[in-house]
Amino acid sequence: MMEFINFYLIPGLVLGSIYALGAIGITLTFSILRFANFAHGETMLLGVYITYSLVQFSGVHPLIALPFGALLTVIVVLGIDRAFYKPFRNSPTIMVVIASFGMMLMVRSMVQFIWGVQLKGMTQGIQRPMIFFDSLRISPKHITIIGAAIVLMLAVHYLLSRTKIGKAMRAMSDSPELAKLTGIDTEKVVRMTWIVGGALATAAGVFLAIDTHIDTNMGFKMLLPMFAAAILGGIGRPFGAVAGGLVIGIVEEISSYPWIGVEPLLNPGYKAGVAFAIMIGMLLWRPSGLFKGKVF
Amino acid sequence: MDQFYGIFLYIISLLTMGGIYAILALGLNIQWGFTGLFNAGIAGFFAIGAYVSAILTTAPSLRHLGGYELPYVVSFAAAMVVSGIIAWAVGKVCLKLRADYLAIATIGIAEIFRLILKNETWATNGPRGVSMIPKPFETLPEPWNHLCFLGLILAVIVVIYLLLETARNSPWGRVMTAIRENEKSAMAAGKDIEKFRMEAFVAGCMLMALAGAFIAHYLKFIGPNATDPLTSTFLVWVMLVVGGSANNRGAILGAFLMWTIWSASEILTSRLPDELAIRTAYIRIFLIGLALQIFLQRFPKGIFPEVRPKPERRQSVSDGVTDNATSR
Amino acid sequence: MSNSELQTVLELDQIIGGYGDTQILHGVSMRVDPGEIVVIIGPNGAGKSTAMKAVFGLLNLSGGKVRLNGEDITNMPPDQVVHHGVCYVPQTSNIFPSLTVEENLEMGAFVRTDDFRPRLQELYDIFPPLAEKRRQAAGTLSGGQRQMVAMAKAMMLEPQILLLDEPTAGLSPKYRGEIFAIVKTVNATGTPILMVEQNAKQALKIANRGYVLVDGKNKFEGSGHDLLEDAEVAEMFLGGGAPP
Ligand SMILES: Nc1ncnc2c1ncn2[C@@H]1O[C@H](COP(=O)(O)OP(=O)(O)OP(=O)(O)O)[C@@H](O)[C@H]1O
Ligand SMILES: [Mg+2]
Repeated sequence: MMEFINFYLIPGLVLGSIYALGAIGITLTFSILRFANFAHGETMLLGVYITYSLVQFSGVHPLIALPFGALLTVIVVLGIDRAFYKPFRNSPTIMVVIASFGMMLMVRSMVQFIWGVQLKGMTQGIQRPMIFFDSLRISPKHITIIGAAIVLMLAVHYLLSRTKIGKAMRAMSDSPELAKLTGIDTEKVVRMTWIVGGALATAAGVFLAIDTHIDTNMGFKMLLPMFAAAILGGIGRPFGAVAGGLVIGIVEEISSYPWIGVEPLLNPGYKAGVAFAIMIGMLLWRPSGLFKGKVF
Repeated sequence: MDQFYGIFLYIISLLTMGGIYAILALGLNIQWGFTGLFNAGIAGFFAIGAYVSAILTTAPSLRHLGGYELPYVVSFAAAMVVSGIIAWAVGKVCLKLRADYLAIATIGIAEIFRLILKNETWATNGPRGVSMIPKPFETLPEPWNHLCFLGLILAVIVVIYLLLETARNSPWGRVMTAIRENEKSAMAAGKDIEKFRMEAFVAGCMLMALAGAFIAHYLKFIGPNATDPLTSTFLVWVMLVVGGSANNRGAILGAFLMWTIWSASEILTSRLPDELAIRTAYIRIFLIGLALQIFLQRFPKGIFPEVRPKPERRQSVSDGVTDNATSR
Repeated sequence: MSNSELQTVLELDQIIGGYGDTQILHGVSMRVDPGEIVVIIGPNGAGKSTAMKAVFGLLNLSGGKVRLNGEDITNMPPDQVVHHGVCYVPQTSNIFPSLTVEENLEMGAFVRTDDFRPRLQELYDIFPPLAEKRRQAAGTLSGGQRQMVAMAKAMMLEPQILLLDEPTAGLSPKYRGEIFAIVKTVNATGTPILMVEQNAKQALKIANRGYVLVDGKNKFEGSGHDLLEDAEVAEMFLGGGAPP
């Protein structure tokens, strides 16, 4: 039982928090800008490498470098929106989907060009897990990640429910047309969406890097789970995305627990397929997701 | 003299690979150009075709499933059928929804397929892939084997082109255009939109598998990472957009043109010192991406713009500034 | 009724336009003078909603002018039109369903930089049911109450003119009466109103003037009273026969 918690459930929770942060950005862009942003995983990748360089350069802890990394990433993302997505604001949204698809490769190849493709580590050394109640083992980095993720989620909640721009984001996700007719500055809302999405993606990426390592495929690997989480929770439902992320993270980890006999239930090589299976199941059963999101 | 012969062989290989990509681009053209379906998993369907045909034709091997040694006709047909069935299943789930969902699902299916190729070693030899795949005409003497293979591919392209042009000018093609441009009025005209979409999606994926089968036999080897799944999917998109989506000649031209640029730039960068060569490889990908963006923004109609199949009694896009052709 | 010394608030002058290449309006003219309620009636698909959208820059106009207080606002983007004090309640999807009632009204005040609280309170006084449900998601309200949210939202700005597209469509007679009463109340505070209505009889009763639009063209115009009396109009839109 404790083995299950220590080696499957807690890592699942950590991974789930990371997916959750990434999926919030996906769900916001999908509902506010009305397109599936394929470059979101690469935004995360960029955020990780920028933060990595800041850590290398200054020697501070990644969590301290994170806000600055996020800021720089957001600036790049706003530039990308300006140059590559904005020209299509009045075109069919599928044009932006293609543009974001292209952006996915452009960002990744730039990262590969600048930083190379070798594996890197965000933090050095091995941490000894902390032990609670004799047998519950959690490593400090996992506590940090879960704690920081909770703080960020609360911040998002505050933004969306208490601030004017946050409410305007929700309004635009309900109906972009009416938002314009109401006089809402939709370009400002779009910028805010990129800021939130970009910052959370950077955070998610840095947490993943702290938990594991850095490589140039990590953005793409995150893409499916993040989309699956957003669809599972319901497009346009940030808290649905959080729930979706947690479910997918946990299911991915516990799918290789030896539920029956001694063999892992699912060959760990197929872990990455879990998110896809959940997503397809959801699209078949209920495309609006668990929390009644939008379906386009 | 030797050098000229080398260049001659290089041009043949350029045309052969360009031709294989042309088949892919034509497949995507049915889906995106004519019907407005976003397939982001071209590499997946391509790989399905490659592996199916490879496994069905190779001699027995302890490393992977095989030893059926079936004729090419059978293996190619099987490749297309398997791909078509998978496409049908994906289409069942996603074609009701907006194009974005299909894009996500196709990226997903390509990824799943890669996982299977890597993990099911008994069938696919895992990361090491399937080798010693037979190649049509390989028993012929030196330039003739390559020339015949190229001839075969060009012949296939011509056949596909003629078929697609006929389809495009048929009532079927006109319904497709109507669906892509104005779903509501097509629906009002009593057309079963999902069925038409499904036909286009399945047909496109079958062509992609055909291209996959060709590449497996051409290279005589296929592995899960033979080509980076994203780069190859992406190249096909660039080819179609640059050549001109919804135009079959555009798709073919785009494929040969972009493949030539892609391949020639590789030769150039490979002459650089090692460290630099590796890095500039990424710049090539970046530039191809940039080319796509520029075409999307500045020349959305590509080199060969769409030619309408016979005038219909509908208002056509006359201002031509925005391309409504892509509403899905 | 109209006051000739005062400038016309909103004027549509020979508007020609439509969606894409389809022309819907073939030269529509109308005006709203200060303090007026002006009603547009006409059969389905006549282009009534389209005429309203023309004011809001939502249409490709190939001819004609829209003027606000004499200023040319033809083809001005919608958010700018709002800045100029024109507020619009569209026929459909005119609220943000997942936002609460109060958040909807707050969004209505998006362009305001001053304190909108007093205005919010005023509107709660005009629409008492909304005050009660201020914390409830607007999408969960009844049809009549949603319509109230939509109108209150548009009025957060204290607009120079209010455009209402079929505010009573699909409502029960009770709510219909309530909405018409509110329209009169709002108008009494000095806001001119341009309104499309299917319930022509009731609407013309509270209107100063009315326009009948058919096939994208002006067909009749006159005072509310005249149109009510007109035999042809009566036969076409008022359910037959002369009014009592
Ligand atoms: N967004 C649109 N795109 C294309 N055509 C449209 C659009 N909206 C309306 N139309 C067409 O324009 C014409 C006029 O529509 P409009 O909505 O202005 O009519 P209406 O007078 O408001 O009718 P109703 O009483 O049904 O509201 C109709 O033929 C309609 O089909
Ligand atoms: Mg209308």
